[in-house]
Amino acid sequence: MNETLDKTNMSVRDRLSAFAASFGLPRLIIAAFLLLLFIAAPFVGADFWTQISNTINRFSWNAVMVLAMVPMIHSGCGLNFGLPLGIISGLLGATLSIELGFTGPFSFVMAILIATPFALILGAGYGWLLNKIKGGEMMIATYVGFSSVSFMCMMWLLLPYKSPTMVWGLSGKGLRTTISLEGFYDKVLANILQINIGNLSIPTGTLLFFALLAFGMWAFLHSKTGTAMTAVGSNPTFAKAAGVNVDRSRLLSVILSTWLAAVGILVYEQGFGFVQLYMAPFYMALPAVSAILIGGATVNKATIPNVIIGTFLFQGIVTMTPTVMNSMIHMDMSEVIRVVVSQGMILYALTRKTEAAK
Amino acid sequence: MKNNNSRKNFLSFLANNSVPILFILICVVCIPVSGFSPSYLINEIVTRMGRNIFLILCLLIPIMAGMGLNFGMTLGAMAAELALILVSDWQIWGIPGVVLAMILSIPFSILLGMLCGKILNMAKGREMITSYIISFFMNGIYQLIVLYMMGPIIPIKHSNVKLPRGYGIRNSVDLIHMRQCLDNLLAVRVGGVKIPVLTFLLIGLLCLFIIWFRKTKLGQDMRAVGQDMDVARDAGINVERTRIISIVMSTVLAGFGMVIYLQNMGNIATYSSHSQIGMFCIAALLVGGASVDRASIGNVFLGVVLFHTMFIVAPKAGAMITGDSMIGEYFRVFVSYAVITIALIMYETKKRKVKSQAGKQLQLEQEQEEAAANE
Repeated sequence: MNETLDKTNMSVRDRLSAFAASFGLPRLIIAAFLLLLFIAAPFVGADFWTQISNTINRFSWNAVMVLAMVPMIHSGCGLNFGLPLGIISGLLGATLSIELGFTGPFSFVMAILIATPFALILGAGYGWLLNKIKGGEMMIATYVGFSSVSFMCMMWLLLPYKSPTMVWGLSGKGLRTTISLEGFYDKVLANILQINIGNLSIPTGTLLFFALLAFGMWAFLHSKTGTAMTAVGSNPTFAKAAGVNVDRSRLLSVILSTWLAAVGILVYEQGFGFVQLYMAPFYMALPAVSAILIGGATVNKATIPNVIIGTFLFQGIVTMTPTVMNSMIHMDMSEVIRVVVSQGMILYALTRKTEAAK
Repeated sequence: MKNNNSRKNFLSFLANNSVPILFILICVVCIPVSGFSPSYLINEIVTRMGRNIFLILCLLIPIMAGMGLNFGMTLGAMAAELALILVSDWQIWGIPGVVLAMILSIPFSILLGMLCGKILNMAKGREMITSYIISFFMNGIYQLIVLYMMGPIIPIKHSNVKLPRGYGIRNSVDLIHMRQCLDNLLAVRVGGVKIPVLTFLLIGLLCLFIIWFRKTKLGQDMRAVGQDMDVARDAGINVERTRIISIVMSTVLAGFGMVIYLQNMGNIATYSSHSQIGMFCIAALLVGGASVDRASIGNVFLGVVLFHTMFIVAPKAGAMITGDSMIGEYFRVFVSYAVITIALIMYETKKRKVKSQAGKQLQLEQEQEEAAANE
């Protein structure tokens, strides 16, 4: 309340600079860049509404994975570079659901149900490990992700999958690198209540699904357990003194994050239309990490609006740069821009002095 | 009593060297299964030693300064690649080309190293993840330079280096006229095994340099900084500067190492040569028994031999055992990551243990003091 009163007294310029300070300079630059891309799009012959639909579509695919960052940031475990572990639970759910013969929309529900126990078990192990090495979470999380992905590369070949839609045609064993989801849960969420106006199409179902999860997360963070988790993140000593079980809170946050990552990859797959195995999940953590940071989160603070703004900005840049830059300067610099923007954002967050205190 | 003690020693020896012992076991199992002849195996290992040891040695200096495993050594590799691309466009071949590439890589390395050091100073306590992200970030900048600036801004003349579209560098730059020129000069053949003497001489020189450097004032400063930054600062050491110097040295040496590596390979995969190099070097060092805060030259040599033996035999052994050659490929990648993961976990748990022990010690002393005061 006081804050709003103060704001009315400030001059426009003060307010603008205060806004810039709270929003963060890199974020402002990225937002301005995206705005510029949107303005430039019609001039270089790219259809504005198609671009908007693409951005919204990609937003809907990725938002849940970005949401998975929130619990661990809240409990002080830092950025979840170990996202691939959750993704692997999701992939296990996806492949097992197809293997067991489920089809259509029901296979999506089953994929989530099957993925859940894997996510809980792997998440619990991962959380236990992170409790042992407080302070070094991020580096170890990265390598836990990498090792689990490369371990599963062997497993995809060795596990006795039989379904002909998934295994290599010739040898009859070993999963393919990409599995089409046609006839299973391809676009299953996106097709619910889809809105099509001219070139604009909005995957309402996926957005609603994300909204549901985001609301659940918001409600959880405001529950007693959620508040305790935030307390652990902001000041572990104080939380301990207040009678909160620090290790348990952290464990819970890691499990939650892993489960959300598992659901996130399934949502991504239903939008994309394919299951990608083997090395595909390897670098999937980095876009999610940079998205939430672009949205205004820091290493130890994140909110649901951060997720939404960040995913929109990041995916906006990813979808817009190839088309706009290509037609503008006839060079595909999108890859370079994506790398520099996303990694630069992570670096910026890691080097902030105020957040360096653990 | 004595027996008990020696058993304890044996157990702690096992615990401290678990990674090398595990690797020796893997190699012992895999070598016979793979069915490679010993001379082929020794030849391969010697080649790989010459190729990799210089690169791995550059990791020792940041470890000394307490900055952990320098994932930013990739920056040095990029500097070396830039230098080699330019040198091969100028068509300077053979030994002069290699030497020129090394000299040319120095300014790039210093620049990148200083940048990396500055950023790491802003992220004390999480150097490793930061240096890891820096390597990704700089990879983007590297692509920007090599793919878009080489041609229009940085003159590149020859079409065997340049992409047909007029700017940017080809996916693979041929170093055929430089291929193994260091290795072949002074090479000695012992029973069918080629030993690249000159390369090993360079490695020996670097080892001597590192041993000497540890004893210099700067080396001592680095170790002090590595022990405890606050104490070092109180002792009048410029901590920030020392840390930057250690990263710059590491980057420059990594640049030299990469030139040696690439002249052995004979071509540059312009966009991927550097991306994996950091991971493999670090894994090899850790396999040799090093940890995040302690590494010696011996670790480097042992690590290279064990890691690369595993690397050579794993695909073949995997194919023999499971009937699928990809299993072995994936297995060695998994092992590299797993080794790094385990080493990081061991380091962090040890750090916590030491911290809690120090805390207990302090508490005990305080209680004693209080007891003494009460008396």
